[in-house]
Amino acid sequence: MNPVQAAAGLVFEEPLLWERGRPGRMGYSLPRRDVEETPVPEALAAEPPEIPELSEVDLVRHYVRLSQWNVAVDTAMYPLGSCTMKYNPKTNERQAALPGFALAHPLLPEALCQGALELIAALECLLAEITGLDAVSLQPGAGAQGELAGMLIFHAFHRRQGRPRSKILVPDTAHGTNPASAALCGYRAVPVASGGQGILEPEAVARLMDEETAGIMITNPNTLGLFEGHVAEIARIVHAKGGLVYGDGANMNAVLGRVDLGRIGVDVLHLNLHKTFATPHGGGGPGAGPVCVTRRLAPFLPVPRVVHREGRFFWSEDFPLSIGKLQAFWGNFGVLVRAYAYILSMGANHLEEVSRLAVLNANYLRVGLRGDYEPAHDRPCMHECVFSDARQRPHGVTTLDIAKRLMDYGFHPPTVYFPLVVPGALMIEPTETESKEMLDLFLAAMAAIAAEAREQPELLREAPRRCLRRRLDEVQAARKPRLTGSPPAP
Amino acid sequence: MKPVSELSFPEDLRYVESHEWVRLEEGIARIGITDYAQDQLGDVVFVELPEAGKTLARGAAFGSVESVKAVSELYMPLSGRVVEVNAALSSSPELVNQSPYGEGWMIRVEPSAPAELEGLLAAADYRERLKG
Repeated sequence: MNPVQAAAGLVFEEPLLWERGRPGRMGYSLPRRDVEETPVPEALAAEPPEIPELSEVDLVRHYVRLSQWNVAVDTAMYPLGSCTMKYNPKTNERQAALPGFALAHPLLPEALCQGALELIAALECLLAEITGLDAVSLQPGAGAQGELAGMLIFHAFHRRQGRPRSKILVPDTAHGTNPASAALCGYRAVPVASGGQGILEPEAVARLMDEETAGIMITNPNTLGLFEGHVAEIARIVHAKGGLVYGDGANMNAVLGRVDLGRIGVDVLHLNLHKTFATPHGGGGPGAGPVCVTRRLAPFLPVPRVVHREGRFFWSEDFPLSIGKLQAFWGNFGVLVRAYAYILSMGANHLEEVSRLAVLNANYLRVGLRGDYEPAHDRPCMHECVFSDARQRPHGVTTLDIAKRLMDYGFHPPTVYFPLVVPGALMIEPTETESKEMLDLFLAAMAAIAAEAREQPELLREAPRRCLRRRLDEVQAARKPRLTGSPPAP
Repeated sequence: MKPVSELSFPEDLRYVESHEWVRLEEGIARIGITDYAQDQLGDVVFVELPEAGKTLARGAAFGSVESVKAVSELYMPLSGRVVEVNAALSSSPELVNQSPYGEGWMIRVEPSAPAELEGLLAAADYRERLKG
């Protein structure tokens, strides 16, 4: 197969909705009014916003056309490092669309939604078993909110011990959101430099860990795609000073069913269901970031929690040490159904296989790319591999140019300029759902781009050439952003 | 990004390893970021500066600079009170790229510990560290 996966096809220009609409056009019919007409109370009345008026077909064509400009896991390989853009099986969608789940109102009495509550309880049990931790809350709506829940639990735990603490250790290879989550809880993030091998060294942690430090936030595997081999010893050092260990589970796809996080000393972990458990990333959401904890931290989990008594499931707020409620209603329930469907349809054996293949695929790319691109650390990686543009820079070609050129070949670009410890980083995560044939096409595309960088660097600097929109002016977009649309002048 | 040999580091300025420069003007220190820093950052799109009147210690963050690539903190090369900030940067952040030692300056500070000036780097020493 040709490594150029992208071909030119018929795509359509599409105006703003205001330019399509005409006053009086409508895309819906309201049911016949069966209550008395009542004027809007004065205090609530305001000038109506300028909403485009459209028919249903206008609206459908608008969004379908825009979707055709886009790339998705359903159209192309999407090796966006750290995001685990695996294929999302369609059976998940079928289960989430079952009317008992999809149409359940969040305020239904418990007696009428026992199935939904049972699913929540069962998914909590499955995630506890998968991680090796004891108790789970599915409430956080995304990974960063799971992190925040974890930090609130750290804070509540130390306060309960009568010794609130002020600092937290965050390695330079942790996820970028970690320091922000810690700062929101009033902690000062103390950076820990990773060692020469790209992983944390116990001595570095021991030097910084003291009784003012609430604990450490570890991303394992870290953002270089390397397994933190000293994590158990680091956990012992932190625990010896009364601290807690937070595991950022964003990279869980590398260790699913292979690492018992409870046994290596993790006290709190968040999962990203939209990464590891094959639920859609959506347009930035909704996701789900369940938080998993050890038994001694379970009393601090968010409320309400599903409890099971005498054969019935119900919500309980009766957890006096809880950090409280984090999310409207019960979390992003549709995401939970999809993750549950994924876990059951895979089964325990195949979930373990996920990590084996994710790691194998990443190492296959790592070895296939190192002839042309500079590896950040030339050693076996976990589920993702990190390169830099060091060999392309002498030709005046940067990571950004390489990423843009990949679009011309029909691949979504990898994550770029992250992690920050690698200048010009290209962070590539193929996931387990790409076949060897697709990985070979990706390698062929990357090899072709490396040759172009040497021989025709202007091709890269002008990329993308095949996309409907060429390279955007990111500088202008950031300096003079236009964040709202507006109707055309009459 | 350019090689260090193509960047400019005026002899009359003093530098710190966090890539800020200092120019003493009749007892007041004018502060900005170096040619190296602006070159590494790429196109600057936003500069956040403190209010005039604020007193900050050496090494404290006095603001941040955002480029299309990253957001970086700005650090005080010496302790003192901020007497003026470069208001032009709020509408024209590109001045930091175009003229890092001129119109792209960031703050003017009244030093509170003049002895700290001794610890700043000369242009040749700063250039040497960039190479190392």
